[in-house]
Amino acid sequence: MSAEQPRVVFVGNPNTGKSTLFNRVTGSAAHVSNVPGTTVSRTDGRWSLPGGAVECVDVPGTYSLAAHSADERVALDAIIGLEHPTSALVVVLDAPRLARSLYLALQVLELGTPVVCALNLMDEARTQGRVPSAERLAELLGVPVVPVVGRTGEGLDALGAAVREVIEAASPPPPPHEPSDALRADALAAADSLPEAWTAGASEGRRVALGLWALLSDDGVEAIADVAIDHVALVGIRRRAEDAGRDLMGEVVGHRYAWIDRVSPSLYSDAAPVDHAAQDRVDRILLHPLWGSLVFAAVMFVVFQTLFSWSGPLVDGIDGAFGWLGDVVAGAMAAATEAATTSAGPAVGAAVGFLGDLLVEGIIGGVGSVLVFIPQIGLLFLFISLLEDSGYLARAAHLMDRILRLAGLPGQAFVPLLSGYACAVPAVMATRSLPRHRDRLLTMLVVPLTSCSARLPVYVLLVAALFPETVPGLPVSAQALALFTMYALSTVVSVLAAVVLGRLVVTGTAAPALLELPPYRWPHPPNVWRSVKNALSAFVTEAGQVILVATIVLWGLLSFPRYEPTELLSPDTVAEARAEGVSIDDLAQTEALRRSYAGQLGRAMEPVIAPLGYDWKIGIGLLGSFAAREVFVSTMGLVYGIGDDAAEDDVSLHEKLHAEKHPDGRPVYTPLTGASLMVFFAFAMQCLSTLAVLRRETESWRWPAFATAYMMALAWVSAFAVYQGGRLLGFG
Amino acid sequence: MTLDDLATGSEATVASVGGEGVFRRRLLELGLLPGTRVARIGQAPLGDPLRIRVRDVVLSIRRVDARRVELNG
Repeated sequence: MSAEQPRVVFVGNPNTGKSTLFNRVTGSAAHVSNVPGTTVSRTDGRWSLPGGAVECVDVPGTYSLAAHSADERVALDAIIGLEHPTSALVVVLDAPRLARSLYLALQVLELGTPVVCALNLMDEARTQGRVPSAERLAELLGVPVVPVVGRTGEGLDALGAAVREVIEAASPPPPPHEPSDALRADALAAADSLPEAWTAGASEGRRVALGLWALLSDDGVEAIADVAIDHVALVGIRRRAEDAGRDLMGEVVGHRYAWIDRVSPSLYSDAAPVDHAAQDRVDRILLHPLWGSLVFAAVMFVVFQTLFSWSGPLVDGIDGAFGWLGDVVAGAMAAATEAATTSAGPAVGAAVGFLGDLLVEGIIGGVGSVLVFIPQIGLLFLFISLLEDSGYLARAAHLMDRILRLAGLPGQAFVPLLSGYACAVPAVMATRSLPRHRDRLLTMLVVPLTSCSARLPVYVLLVAALFPETVPGLPVSAQALALFTMYALSTVVSVLAAVVLGRLVVTGTAAPALLELPPYRWPHPPNVWRSVKNALSAFVTEAGQVILVATIVLWGLLSFPRYEPTELLSPDTVAEARAEGVSIDDLAQTEALRRSYAGQLGRAMEPVIAPLGYDWKIGIGLLGSFAAREVFVSTMGLVYGIGDDAAEDDVSLHEKLHAEKHPDGRPVYTPLTGASLMVFFAFAMQCLSTLAVLRRETESWRWPAFATAYMMALAWVSAFAVYQGGRLLGFG
Repeated sequence: MTLDDLATGSEATVASVGGEGVFRRRLLELGLLPGTRVARIGQAPLGDPLRIRVRDVVLSIRRVDARRVELNG
């Protein structure tokens, strides 16, 4: 960002079309990034104005400068312009419903920064017959007011000209409303409690504005904990007012609304009241106890099915394409290895073979494992932005609020949590629709506990191999009951984890869950496309790198050190295998895996996992499952010498599991081991992609590290309790 | 009478907003001030949160929060 270019910040209430307007003026060059140290995203762009381009910043929507949450703090910093001086503010107003958005506008005007008001949603105002007079508002506020329609681009040239004008104008006018003399004196005194950097060089008007902000600031709010406010002085001012029978908070907010209520009638010349009938009619159906619940269930069913199964062909297509590419390259590299061995000797041949493996297993496999998430992320964000733009997402949150309150989460957490049952990666990204940082972080930490579809093949393998079909006296299939139990367990534990983490780890002040239910609108395709594109590019470019590197490292662990096939199997073993008709290649693969770093790690891990009923071979399977949980199945296939394409319903794999014995002759796999393993898979953080996306969305390694620690501890303790408890009760 | 006692479809004027700190500030800043007209327009299927209309905007508010808003009459 160059220092000379003027910087224009777009501010406004949520649901006023601010981002649509911002996207319209900045075009496709806008760049979304996380504000350092937060989960809040900010959009930067450039706006070509007459007389040169300006830098533009879009901050999260906010109702006031209160900064109760990380999002509002980002907005506050940009508006006050502490880090980068702000040249001008574009305050986006909701034309048909001015009262609400004027509150923020007045607060901003008090600060004395040059302001242009964009009177947005003029198309809705015209449809409703409720068109405010821009001239009258400009006269009242003393700043330019430009009617615009963000969706169509109407009025943007005039808006640009007005912005250019205020940037170059001498000084902005004083705000139209005045606090009482007593309040003004309190505000000036309160301004002294603020850090020097805030008030240095401020005009008296700006000092009053900052003082009013300080009078409402609360010392318990985490979002402003880093601002060095003299709370003792503030408490003194508040106490004196209280003793005089005054309500300072009521006065500060009240003097702004008093002005708004006074001027509002004169803004709408035709004075048609807002027509609520249409919205209320739709709400009566969509929020009806019966019809509303049915619509909600249907919408969520479609979202879930899309993630869980309808995205399947796309995912399989990407998988297949990379599998095919891997086979082609593997074939070419095998031929090259042979040619190199004959022409340049075995050492060169081995080197070419290594390169081939790295290329096929590490790089092609790694890129494939990144791109395979694209269908699910793209489709989920398509749905979320359609629901958000139309106004239904807020209704869904309203409907689910009562239920999610049990977990200490707001209704908006429902869609991410539901998505988690398909895949945690898109689900973690879907928490972007949660407005508060605390809620978003808490949801992200809990989503990996929901029973994602990658756990299902593991459950199916263990249940089918180790659990009896029927148990005498049990009216339902024991296998079906075991599967159902795993899903129920995952749900209950996710809720409990949210409650506990919400109390102990992700605390933060509880703001009242006031949620605006915006008017229904047709989704705006450019908004939808932008949301999908931003999610995909953030995933591929940032989380993707981590996934790619981690996949290569994991491949290295599983395939090094490397051996010649002749080193792995003794001639006797080969002869025996030939006689029994067992594949020599499979046996060699198994032996290579046993001797690999992962195999060594699996053995080193044995003391830790033995109390859960696992041997070192299961340890290798657990390591392999970090690539993705379902890889456990094929890794176990490798471990037991039946090749790496074993599926969960492979009878020969089931037989191998049954035949496996501990050194003392006890069987390794009993129903109890199966239960212990399933519980471990239910709670353990075994997904590199989830960790990568957690890092991307929280902009730190701290939270993925925390999620790993708490989930691993939970998994170990639970599996220990199941296995040892089961043994005490005489099972297994 | 408090906001959660208001019958669906009826309107009243806010007398006072209780609570303190962040909570009270949020309600006030959203325009729920003494003297403001507020209408209850419905509730979620489980009976909570409520749907109210203040200054032409529909808000979803939990019953426990609505209880802190005193109404006239």
